Amino acid sequence: MAFWISQSLNALALGGLLFMLASGFSLIFGLMRVANLAHGALFMLGAYLGLAVVKAGFGFWVAAASAAVAVGLFGGVLERTLLRRLAGRTLPQVLLTLGLAFIIADACLMLWGGDPMRLPPPPELSGAVRIGDAVFPRYRLFVIGASAAVALGLWLLVERTRAGAMIRAAVDDVGMARAIGVSASTLFTAVFCLGTALAGLGGVIGGPILSVYPTLDQDMLPLALLVVILGGAGSLIGAFVGAYAIGFIYTFGQVLVPDLAYVILFLPMIAVLSVAPQGLFGRRLG
Amino acid sequence: MAEPALHIAGLSKQFGGLPAVSDVSLAIMPGERHLLLGPNGAGKTTLFNLICGDLAPTLGSIRLFGAELVGLPPRKRTAFGLARTYQILTLFPHETICRNVMLALNGLKAGKWGTWRAFEANRALRAEAMAILDRVRLADLADRPVSQTAYGDRRRLEIAMALALSPRVLLLDEPLAGLSRDERVTVQDLLANLPPDVTVVLIEHDMDVALAFAERITLLHHGRVVATGSRAEIAADPRTREVYLGA
Amino acid sequence: MSPRILPFIMVLAAMAMVPLVSTSPFYVNLTSQVAIAAIGALGLNVLVGHAGLNSLGFAVFPGLTAYLVAWLSTVGGFDPVPAALLAIGGTLAASMLFALVALRTTGLGFVMITMALCQIVWGAAYRWTSVTGGDNGLSGVPRPGGAVLPLERPEWFLWLCLCVLALALLQLGRFFDSPLGVALRGTRDQPRRMSAVGYDVWRIRFVAWMLAAGWGAAAGLLYAWYHQFVSPHMMAVTASAEVLLMVVAGGAGTLAGPLIGAALVVLLKNLASIWIDRWMMLLGVTFVVIVLLMPDGIVPGLGRLTAWLRRFRPAPAPALVPRERTDG
Repeated sequence: MAFWISQSLNALALGGLLFMLASGFSLIFGLMRVANLAHGALFMLGAYLGLAVVKAGFGFWVAAASAAVAVGLFGGVLERTLLRRLAGRTLPQVLLTLGLAFIIADACLMLWGGDPMRLPPPPELSGAVRIGDAVFPRYRLFVIGASAAVALGLWLLVERTRAGAMIRAAVDDVGMARAIGVSASTLFTAVFCLGTALAGLGGVIGGPILSVYPTLDQDMLPLALLVVILGGAGSLIGAFVGAYAIGFIYTFGQVLVPDLAYVILFLPMIAVLSVAPQGLFGRRLG
Repeated sequence: MAEPALHIAGLSKQFGGLPAVSDVSLAIMPGERHLLLGPNGAGKTTLFNLICGDLAPTLGSIRLFGAELVGLPPRKRTAFGLARTYQILTLFPHETICRNVMLALNGLKAGKWGTWRAFEANRALRAEAMAILDRVRLADLADRPVSQTAYGDRRRLEIAMALALSPRVLLLDEPLAGLSRDERVTVQDLLANLPPDVTVVLIEHDMDVALAFAERITLLHHGRVVATGSRAEIAADPRTREVYLGA
Repeated sequence: MSPRILPFIMVLAAMAMVPLVSTSPFYVNLTSQVAIAAIGALGLNVLVGHAGLNSLGFAVFPGLTAYLVAWLSTVGGFDPVPAALLAIGGTLAASMLFALVALRTTGLGFVMITMALCQIVWGAAYRWTSVTGGDNGLSGVPRPGGAVLPLERPEWFLWLCLCVLALALLQLGRFFDSPLGVALRGTRDQPRRMSAVGYDVWRIRFVAWMLAAGWGAAAGLLYAWYHQFVSPHMMAVTASAEVLLMVVAGGAGTLAGPLIGAALVVLLKNLASIWIDRWMMLLGVTFVVIVLLMPDGIVPGLGRLTAWLRRFRPAPAPALVPRERTDG
């Protein structure tokens, strides 16, 4: 029983991290029809930046906030200066974001070296709590709560605010949204900033669990893609369901069939695609 | 009474709960020239998309010479003798005019699966394509890439692509859209010279041309059939005026 | 036809003569690497250039074949040639299954799904240590041959690679001009019209997918024999990205483009490994530069350049610029 409880909590923590990563990817995809393949690299960049801030003597919370802001601003600059020139052209966008991912990843390797590093959790969240028979790290409980709070916040933003209404309108039909006075240009940059900031924040929050290492981006990007393929691009609910589903499958897969856990991870994708090519909650990807 | 060429019964299509076509029934006889009339958003192009299989209906049946089309993919419907043109030009911009038509001609031939002999080397296919281009007055431009042709030429190529299928039922979606007066005359002649046994369903906003061409008219509004009848009947029907001028 | 194939014959002949000019195996091996990469890039070009399907998981085809032939001819105890045939057969069979998933989408969906499919096989190679050797890979893959065909010698191996490359150029050159090749570009530009004039769009794309898989498998086989070693890195995202770069840098949709792109990427990679050891960075920068400065690739770019130069001479007819779509 203790095994199931603690693994389920692990799965919830991983699912929460994946949601922070994939929700931004999905929002950007839904709004701008851009698959931001640099998203995993930005997640890793966030983790490294957070680590640097912690090492400089500031606390974990400062690190999380500053990494999110820095990565978000960086994302905004990328959108304004580079991605914008390629609007509507799939292959160049794919190549550009992929190229940026490689540049960011290699720059991180250059700056911070190849050894995995541990990002320590804040002191007030270290230690463990007892849940029934299971002993569970306090920090992971925080991750579960924090990611749920981010999910709730995003949902409120998209469903309950004026900015969210604009995003929804533009996801449905950019031309129509422009006609009713939404500034697509500002909205695109804002959503790109938001999405990449979430990736940066996810990197710091995930740091103490995943640790920080050079191929973190290559491990995270496929998971984010999986979540989005599964849940459907552009759908917040889809990212939510997809993220926690992948969190559970991966966590239990790794414990029960470690050799093939990674392969098993992709089975639900294949199952979903054969029934609904657009994902569980998505529109058509094409 | 003979069997209709195209028989639509109780056809409905909803987009996320919004009806685009509601309970449309039509019987179009072989060789008939039939005009679909109605303001923008009346469901005319949606009806074409349903007939061709680009969209699946929510309800209803579409029969071509007695054979049920609903459930068949577009390419199988084409094999039954159905062809259409698009309101928005749907051509192969990197190919020449002639190769566009050759590509369309090849669609129903087994030779389309060839992977070794050059497409260009198929003299018979080229001759067939040239004959069709002659009918639409494009033979002179046969070897010009579509991207370097004028809009009017592309409109006629759009029709040639459908003629290449030797259709028994031909659906024309605004074949005159955006054409100059001279170009209209060319296309009008072309329509007048279509083989009499081909059934033609036309969507067209140029009333002079449309009314000169069509014997029977169906008036659509908000996805429903308002009236069907002869040219004179529809012209005299007060609902026609209502649809176009009233609410 | 002959004026078109002449440059290809000259290039292949020049590559074949490298061992006669240079005594150093380094340049011979480098030429082999270019030839192998070009075979793969030609395969991917069927999808990217002609089908308009941008695959970011192409490395799965060479990767699967390389792993299968490595496993069969070491652990499995097969002779190299039967192992090769089984490996290619196995890759084609798996590719058919992948097609059922990947070809359900187009556009960005296809990009993501092909990447995910490659990731599955990468995951198996990387994590299923008991079979695949994990990160260490499988080594000691034997090359076929003997006294008549001493493929263990670099120059003979190069000539084998060039024969396969010539075959690929011939087959694909014919295919792109064939009815099905024209139809394939039709499904790229106007899938709706293609289906309306009687073509089975899915099946045409399936043929393109299998062609790409087949030439990818050939490249993978030669890769495994060349290195006599396979590791999961050949299926990493960077590996797929490198092939994509070859196609796009050279010119998607052209026959010569992938060849030029392959030479460019292989040389760049070797130079980088000698002097700067920052291949990822260089790869990334190359992507960004290509996208921003030469989005159509080198071959169409040169075509445009010559057309532009010709304007300064009294030419009887305006030059037609070969231009293919590179976006999806």
